[in-house]
Parts: sequence; structure tokens; C-alpha cells
Amino acid sequence: MENLYLWIALAPMIGAIIAGLFGKQIGKTGAHLATIAGVGFSTVASMMVLKYLVVDGGEAYNASVYTWAIVGDLKLEVGFLIDNLTAMMMVVVTFVSLMVHIYTIGYMKDDPGYQRFFCYISLFTFAMLMLVMSNNFLQLFFGWEAVGLVSYLLIGFWYKKDTAIYANLKAFMVNRVGDFGFLLGIAGVLYFFESLDYATVFGKVEAFVATNPTFDVIAGSEWSAMTAICICLFIGAMGKSAQVPLHVWLPDSMEGPTPISALIHAATMVTAGVFMVARMSPLFEYSETALAFILVIGATTALFMGFLGLVQNDIKRVIAYSTLSQLGYMVVALGSSAYAAGVFHLMTHAFFKALLFLAAGSVIIGMHHVQDMRKMGGLHKYMPITWITSLIGSLALIGTPFFSGYYSKDVVILAAGHADLGMASTYAYYAVLSGVFITALYSFRLFFMVFHGNERFDDHTREHLKESPWVVTLPLILLAIPSVVIAWFTTGDMLFGNFFDGVITVLPQHDVLKEISAEWHGPVSFGLHAISSLPFYLALAGVVTAWFLYVKRPDIPAMLESKFKWLHTLFVNKYYFDDFNQTVFADGTVKIGKQLWKQGDEKLIDGLMVNGTAKSVGVLASMLRNIQTGQLSTYAFAMIIGLVGFLGWLLYSNM
Amino acid sequence: MIALSDYLVVSAVLFTIGIAGIILNRKNIITLLMSIELMLLAVNTNFIAFSRFLEDPVGQVFVFFILTVAAAEAAIGLAILLLVFRNRRSIDVEELDSMQG
Repeated sequence: MENLYLWIALAPMIGAIIAGLFGKQIGKTGAHLATIAGVGFSTVASMMVLKYLVVDGGEAYNASVYTWAIVGDLKLEVGFLIDNLTAMMMVVVTFVSLMVHIYTIGYMKDDPGYQRFFCYISLFTFAMLMLVMSNNFLQLFFGWEAVGLVSYLLIGFWYKKDTAIYANLKAFMVNRVGDFGFLLGIAGVLYFFESLDYATVFGKVEAFVATNPTFDVIAGSEWSAMTAICICLFIGAMGKSAQVPLHVWLPDSMEGPTPISALIHAATMVTAGVFMVARMSPLFEYSETALAFILVIGATTALFMGFLGLVQNDIKRVIAYSTLSQLGYMVVALGSSAYAAGVFHLMTHAFFKALLFLAAGSVIIGMHHVQDMRKMGGLHKYMPITWITSLIGSLALIGTPFFSGYYSKDVVILAAGHADLGMASTYAYYAVLSGVFITALYSFRLFFMVFHGNERFDDHTREHLKESPWVVTLPLILLAIPSVVIAWFTTGDMLFGNFFDGVITVLPQHDVLKEISAEWHGPVSFGLHAISSLPFYLALAGVVTAWFLYVKRPDIPAMLESKFKWLHTLFVNKYYFDDFNQTVFADGTVKIGKQLWKQGDEKLIDGLMVNGTAKSVGVLASMLRNIQTGQLSTYAFAMIIGLVGFLGWLLYSNM
Repeated sequence: MIALSDYLVVSAVLFTIGIAGIILNRKNIITLLMSIELMLLAVNTNFIAFSRFLEDPVGQVFVFFILTVAAAEAAIGLAILLLVFRNRRSIDVEELDSMQG
């Protein structure tokens, strides 16, 4: 199997190299064939690995395949840890990636950067696989940075567009902040556990915690080592998974082409943080402070980013805020120690959110790259497949019973309700609960504004409006299927069964999923159970409200908008996060830079050091020049004075 | 008997007059040369006085040398003076300041 694992990771990279270096020679068809072959191989192989582990009961694999460097006692290695969690992530990543590859053939058809695009997304798949398959922190960090790099390249894919360049720079910078925390966390792990290997570190945790380790950051203040490590690692997850306040880059990343919004900024890369925390569950379990912190951050993101989705008019940005909100749900699950629920929601979300993004892309193709929902409406007549698949995606997203999103989201809400972390879990519970209503409202606001209601586009657009080609609709259909059914087969095993045994560690006192499992009697009864639970009615209320506001009485939103002007302004300005960052961090840095340039460089170094030296020589010379009168008598006088001085000194010192 | 200190006082007075002549004189190079001569003579007087009172003839030998050198120096000095006058039509010391910085 070892060779297979290596090839799963390398196949997309080979595809990327072929498309990237020989793109001109092999042409467009060659580029997409090469990359799809690579990713397709990985997809099939990943599914085989999953089957081997789950169905055939194969052993998990954990070994290093290559030693990169040895520094003292520290080994820097490349290795693979293939267990159920990894196998599941591999299948999600490669499957969504394959769908996006196929879809891109249609979406980027006339783009001059066609080969470059395929090169990047294949490279992304490689990086993401390295991230999830890693068996040590260093390789995790490599994958982490590599996906960040490809994300940067792809957001700025249309590099002639100013907004895209701004957005990719922003994404890169905000991620740097998170990565700095992540690096500190890894450094903490290395410092306290003296190893970067997962198995070694996790094996030492229990003994380590028993000593109740603390350390001083600032003299006199004792910090719990576990809490510090966990929070630092989670800051990395906050950057990558776009949690408040490091979420600002994700909405802007919609400047990139739609396929990558689906692949990177919805389905896979942004969930890397969730995956990482789940992978590190043996660490996080031992710090309740860190868990409470995670809960609060996740709940805030889940609820407040949802609000912003209500006022956006760009079809992709609405889905971006929806992604932020759903990532918040996953993080809430992690904070409640229901890591399995977080990862499970990650999986279902990957399918339906990729579906929604690709459907949005299909709409954008149909509308000739118009993204403003106010200029759409009534599209269901023209794009039936996109319409149906969007409906399925939206229903899954809001948690309609029997759709995959229902199972994952309901369990997240239940987990938050059962979590016992004081105020944090209460707050999180109500935040995710009210988030259900908001989710339904913005999802169906988008759905109704795009596919129903009056046609708000001009005749020219109408003439060209037609269903997208099969390469676009096929991935939609293939993604719609798991969006509906995946949870039927997996919920029982993944959440309440033994799928994650030995992978995710949960302390007995935190085990909320075990408490919930009492209510689990198979997917059908769990689905029927919805009738008697609050989230179902909240979601229903959201859909009805959206229908009433955007189909029945489209005049009301405008009225509400003028009535709650301050609230609308707050939402449109995204709680002023961007303005704050711009004023404090961006402008502040520019100001500091300017001061350093003006004061430090120009005045101190140029003025005082360099020119100052020259100037002081000049001043000294001009003073000495006065002594040189050219008059003989002056020189004679100076000589006498000197003589008297020396003689005096001689006499004085001899006395 | 004239005491050693009397000789020394005379020579010190002579020497001071020489210095004053150099410093105060702003006009004439000839006065300058004469002042230098005066200072040399003051030194010579010292030598002779010490030679006499320490009964060591070496001092007087020195004086002969100094007189010789002084004579040569005066000759060269006057020759330079002559050339300065030829070039500048003046022997005013204050005007000889082309070395001013």
C-alpha cells in the first residue's frame, strides 16, 4: 500500500507539472486530460483506500517515507498517516477536485490562462493531499503553506484585475497572521514534546498533562502549556478556516474564478483548520480553556457572518458568507468536543457547498459574467438542471430532514447544547440555533432572487440565456447525489459508531456525542424526529420568510432597509472589520513605514550618520581654516604659546 | 663681580624683545630678521654665561657655531628678502599672506 499512498499524492503534482511546464506544447485538451488523469487516479485510489480501511478492516498506516533532514535529535521527515479520518478527507478532497476539474473545462473554456489554471488546481490537490496525509507537524505545515500559496495564486488568477490583486494580497497577509500563530503552536509542541511526529506527541500527552506544565511568557504570569499550544494552533486554524476576526479574506477571495471558490474556498482548503483541530484532538481535549475559546469564536462566526449574507447582492459573496457561517458550525462542533460531528459537517458541507458554488458559476456563465443577483430572477425556466441542483444544495445547506446537511448540522447543534463549558457553550448553542433561521433566510433569498420572481435582465441577455454545457452540469449532478444521500450511510458509523476509534480522542467527561447517541435510531427515525425539534421549524420559518420577502412582496426588503438604516449600514460595511484593518493595520503600517523612512532613514541614517559625518568634517575644517591666517606673526605667536605650554607642562610634571 | 642671574636677566630681556619684535612687527621683514638675530644673541649670551660660571668651554664653542650659522642665515634671509622685493615691490609682512586658508 505504501507505494499507492505515495502515488495518490504525487499523481496530481505530475499532472500539474505537465500542464504547467508543457502547457503550450500539449494545448488545452492535453492540459485538462493530463491533470484530470492525475486527479482521477487519486480519486479512484483514495476510494480504494477508504474501502480497504473501512470495509475490509485494513490496518491504519503510519510510517515515514523519506527523511528530509536530521538536526540533533530532531528528525524532519516526510511521512504518511493513513487512517479513517485521512481516508475520508482524501476522498472528499479528490472527489470535489475531480468534479471541479471537469467543470473547469466548461467554465474556463475561452480563458487565455487555461493551462495555468489546470496546473494550479492540480497543484492545490497535491498540497491538500500532503496536508491531510501527513504524519507529522512539519509536513502538515508544508501542506498548510502550499495550499495557502495556491490559494493566493488562484484568487489573483485574473492578475490584470486590480480588485483580484488586492484580494489575493489580503488573503495572503491575513493567512500569515494565522500561520504565525500556527508556527508558534508547532514550536510549542516541539519545545514541550521534543518531537514533531503525531504518534510520538500524542503518546506523550497524558504523562505531560499529569505534571500540569506551565511556563512564563512574561515574568510572573504562569501559562498552562497545553492551553497556550492549543490556542496557538487554533489561531492557525482561524486564519485558514476564516474564523472571526481573521475571516476578512474569504469574501474577497471570490474575486478568483468560480471553480476555485468551490474547491478551495468552500470545500477543501478552508476546512483544513477543522481537519487539523480534529487531528489534534488528543491535544485539544486537555485544555478546556482552548475549547471554550474555540466555541466562542466558532459561534460568533456562525451567527454574525450569516447576517452579512443577508445584505450581499453578489451571488458568490452570499455563498461565501454562507461558507463562513458553516465553518463556524464546524468549529462549534470542535469546541464542543464533538470532533466527529465537525469533520462530518465538513464532509457534507464540502459536497453541497461545492455544488452551490458550481451552480452559481453555471448561472454566471448563463448570465455572461453578471454576478449581481438584482439583475437575475426567473432563471428556472432557462436553466432547469442548475435550478434543480441549486435547490438540492440549498435544501441540504439549511438542514432539511433527510438531506445530508440535516444530519450533520443537527448533530452540531445538539452537541453545542450538550457541551458543558459554562457560558461559552450556552452562547454557542443559541448562536448556532438562531443561525439556522439565518442560514435558511439567506440561502433561499439567493435561490428566489436568482431562479424565481420577475426577470430583471435585458432582452439581449435573454436571447443568449441557456443551460450550461454537459461538462458543467455533470459535476452539478454528481455533487447533488452525495449532497442528498451521503449522510444516510455514514451518520451512524461516523458520529455514533466506531469509525473514528483510535483517531479522535475524546475524554469521557467531554463525550457529548455519546450522550446524543441515545437519540440515534437510524437515519429515518432521526429524520422524522425533526418534526419535534426546534431547528426544523426555524429553517422552515427562514424559507417562508425568504419566499414572502423576495417572491410575494419584493417591496418589503427595501422598506426594511430604510427603516433599519443603521443595521443595514452595519451589515453592508461588514461590521467595519475591513475598515478597521485598513485604518489600523494597513494604514498604521504605512504610517510607521513612512515615519521610519522619514525619521529613521532620511534623518538618522542619511542626515545624521552619513551626511552628518561629512558635514562635521566640513565644519571642523572651516573652523581650523580661521587659524591659518597666512600671517607670520600669528604662527610665531602660536609657536610661543605652544612652547610656553610644553615647558610649563614639563616643569609642572617634574615637580 | 657680576652674578650669573644678571647675565640671565639680560639674555631673557633680549630674547623677549626678539619675540615681541616678531609678533608685533607687522611691517618690515628686515625688522623680523633683526629680531631673530637678537634672539640668537640672547641664547649666545646664556651659553657664554653658563660656560664661564660652570668653567666649561664647550658653551663658547657652541656660540661660535651659532654665530656662523646666524651669519649664513642672515645672508640667505636677506637674499630671499631681495627676491620678495623684486617680485612684489614691497617687503610688507602683512601682505605676505597667500598661505591663508
